[in-house]
Amino acid sequence: MLEFKVNSQSQSVDVDPTTPLLWVLRDNLGLTGTKFGCGMAQCGACTVHMDGMPMRSCSLPVSVVAGKQITTIEGLQSKTAQAVQKAWVDLDVVQCGYCQSGQIMSAVALLESKPKPSDEDIDQAMGGNICRCATYVRIRAAIHAAAAQLSA
Amino acid sequence: MRMIDPATAAAIFAADDSATAGLSRRDFLKNTAAVGLVFGLQLAANKKAAAADVGEVAPGAFAPNAFVRIAPDNVVTLVIKHHEMGQGATTGLATILAEELDAELAAVNIEYAPANAALYKNLAFGSQGTGGSTAIANSFEQMRQAGATARSMLVSAAAQRWKVPASSIGVSNGVLRSGAHRATFGELAVAASQQPVPQSVTLKDPSQFKLIGKQQTRRVDSLAKCTGKATYTIDVKLPGLLTAVIERPPAFGAKLISFDARAAKAIKGVTDVVQVAEGVAVVATGMWPAIQGRRALKVQWDGGASGLNTAALYQDYRQRAAGAGGATVTRDPQTAAALASAASRVEAVYEFPYLAHAPMEPLNCVAWLHDGMLETWGAHQFPAFDHALAAKAAGLPMDKVKLHSLISGGSFGRRANAASDFVVEAVNVAKAIGRPVPVRVQRTREDDMRAGWYRPLYVHAVKAGLDAQGDVVGWQHAIVGQSIMAATPMAAGIKDGNDSSSTEGVWPTPYKIPAMTAELHSPTQAVPPLWWRSVGHTHTAFVMETMLDELAHAARQDPVAFRLKLLKDQPRLAGVIRMAADKAGWSSPMPAGKARGFASHYSFDTYVAQVAEVSLKPDGSVRVERVVVAVDCGVSVNPDQIVAQMEGGVGFALAAALYGQIDIAKGTVTQSNFHDYRVLRIDEMPKVDVHIVNSTQAPTGVGEPGVPPLAPAVANAIASLTGHRVRRLPLAGQTFTRA
Ligand code: FES
Ligand code: FES
Repeated sequence: MLEFKVNSQSQSVDVDPTTPLLWVLRDNLGLTGTKFGCGMAQCGACTVHMDGMPMRSCSLPVSVVAGKQITTIEGLQSKTAQAVQKAWVDLDVVQCGYCQSGQIMSAVALLESKPKPSDEDIDQAMGGNICRCATYVRIRAAIHAAAAQLSA
Repeated sequence: MRMIDPATAAAIFAADDSATAGLSRRDFLKNTAAVGLVFGLQLAANKKAAAADVGEVAPGAFAPNAFVRIAPDNVVTLVIKHHEMGQGATTGLATILAEELDAELAAVNIEYAPANAALYKNLAFGSQGTGGSTAIANSFEQMRQAGATARSMLVSAAAQRWKVPASSIGVSNGVLRSGAHRATFGELAVAASQQPVPQSVTLKDPSQFKLIGKQQTRRVDSLAKCTGKATYTIDVKLPGLLTAVIERPPAFGAKLISFDARAAKAIKGVTDVVQVAEGVAVVATGMWPAIQGRRALKVQWDGGASGLNTAALYQDYRQRAAGAGGATVTRDPQTAAALASAASRVEAVYEFPYLAHAPMEPLNCVAWLHDGMLETWGAHQFPAFDHALAAKAAGLPMDKVKLHSLISGGSFGRRANAASDFVVEAVNVAKAIGRPVPVRVQRTREDDMRAGWYRPLYVHAVKAGLDAQGDVVGWQHAIVGQSIMAATPMAAGIKDGNDSSSTEGVWPTPYKIPAMTAELHSPTQAVPPLWWRSVGHTHTAFVMETMLDELAHAARQDPVAFRLKLLKDQPRLAGVIRMAADKAGWSSPMPAGKARGFASHYSFDTYVAQVAEVSLKPDGSVRVERVVVAVDCGVSVNPDQIVAQMEGGVGFALAAALYGQIDIAKGTVTQSNFHDYRVLRIDEMPKVDVHIVNSTQAPTGVGEPGVPPLAPAVANAIASLTGHRVRRLPLAGQTFTRA
């Protein structure tokens, strides 16, 4: 039995400890907001927070997660997260939307560590999140908009 | 109705509408003139029959047509007949319906249409499906009529109830008012459903639009997609749902010799290992045990098409391009003489690789065989294909097959597949398991990347001549590449070997080019080909627009002026060219180390011109800093979504221009995931400035037309900066130095 917290709720799962967190979230806990895009830490669709840090859950064996706090897109609640999601909606960032859970998780983590990110900071923090619909212009604009709203 | 062979996809188009059977894809896309007629028939259809087919209509609900349902509890449901893959068709169609209905757009409930060609066919194709940037174009009048009909019946019901003239009733945001009277749509639903369906309705004058053309009209799916609540195929939950991954042939055409499932079955969670037409499926209680099981599987294959190498294909195609025997695309007997007597000539050969679509959500589909029927859940972009082929795979009549259409995490053409490969494999696995349990076949990224259905590899060879004044006098063009249409129901549209999906953008051309001859060679290969966002225009625009640019330079003329000279009877294309040049400051100098390139292209009835501003990175590779886009797509239904599609089109096209390349060695695909099939990342995304032509013409598509001009605009900028002409894509691996 492996125990950890997901979105503030205690969970215990009985799975092969090498199972990536992504599939535990999706297949065992029914939390399907976190997406699968590559399975090798290339695309960021599976990004979650582990103790506040953005992590690629497809490449994170669930054994590593024992005792940790995991936040997924379903559990976002912070002021920063709300500002990010509002900016995303206000600017109509999404197209197919499939990458956007991961984009938002990365953006929230960025703003929580750097409330006023520069374009270079955004390139750095968001470079691991692919969007095949290429919504990057709006992702950048929405991060700046959320930062502005949070500092207002 | 003509049925050739109802069991094959080849019958689908022919069976749908004899008026459109046998036409090429281009003709399908063009043939929208019958819209009004088709619609008339549809509206006249019995309203109860229509309601019965649109799914669960609550008792007392008002369902005046197949697109609008209003329940007594005031839930307004709009039925969307097009696949949503990110392009915003849902928002577009909902906007048009809500506009004429005077519903509150943000409050409507969206439902995707079931497979029912009679009600939900694409009026541009005659069959049910989404593609060719037709969603708005074919639906505009139809959705307006549907919305206005429903509104008119609600108004009649209110007039009767309140005993006031209909003309005194105002409607806005889902509420009807007349004097002191007020009622929501829901309160009038039952009464409205008893009104006769009007034979004709008055549509709004565009000056009355509150939603169409308004900047503040937003996407209807943003919130769900920003909170992880949107349901894609990968998210479908059903009791007892199993997950399968398929071990597929390592080389194109390879056949299974044998497999040993013992180790795979020993993995905890693996429930079945079954042979299917696509390979060997490992079925499990979740994705990880399925993947683990597949790793443990021992499979033997034969060599398949082991002689297939892309390096050799380029060589072969170059030879074919230089040789005779191509199909005639267009022929002018004066071409040879015109080129022979030209004052100067430019000759070039161009190479374009296979391209994978690599949509963000790897392909998948859920199939459940139970109680003598089949249900599927999937990104059914082309229900016309998927319905017939799922039924065939299941061995069931079509009326025992129910498709649940879901949004997709991108498609770019991949999910509109005449073989319905990703649907059929799920049905095959469900059948092979032999128990009435639902199963999702989920591809890994590697499965998705390596299974073919690519934009084909193409080679073009062009010779063009100028006279002493710098005017084009002749043009000889050869194109070599697999036919996309040959294996589809549209094969009948290929006349004398001329597949327009290989040649669109070269011929017909909006440019007045004298003495033009073009030929097409369509070799067959073991790699299945497929349309890829903007289809033939992905390569034809590159060749036409870089060659014209080269000719302009040879003629010492400005590339914009040079194009305009050839477009005297093309006011809309000339219009976007002037607009893009003006907005980009085309005639002003660029700072040192940067250059602009120009390209324009007409595709899917939409006109786009782009100016790319590029610089070189220290390592000699290319950085695209800004792209200015001018687009004329007729009436703007959702201006901000047009901007979004242009931005996305630029980014998607730039990914391919910089990196897109599928190589094949000994029949096996070299690339496997995003580390070796690179796509665009945020630090490489240029600024994009989009300008939309104000137009009252009928709306046309925007999903694809933003793609074609990007690569040639970038290549022309590179030529301007370095003097080097780009003749092959991708740019990765090619380094440049400033002239
Ligand atoms: S699925 Fe984890 S990074 Fe792509
Ligand atoms: S919105 Fe489609 S992949 Fe990002």
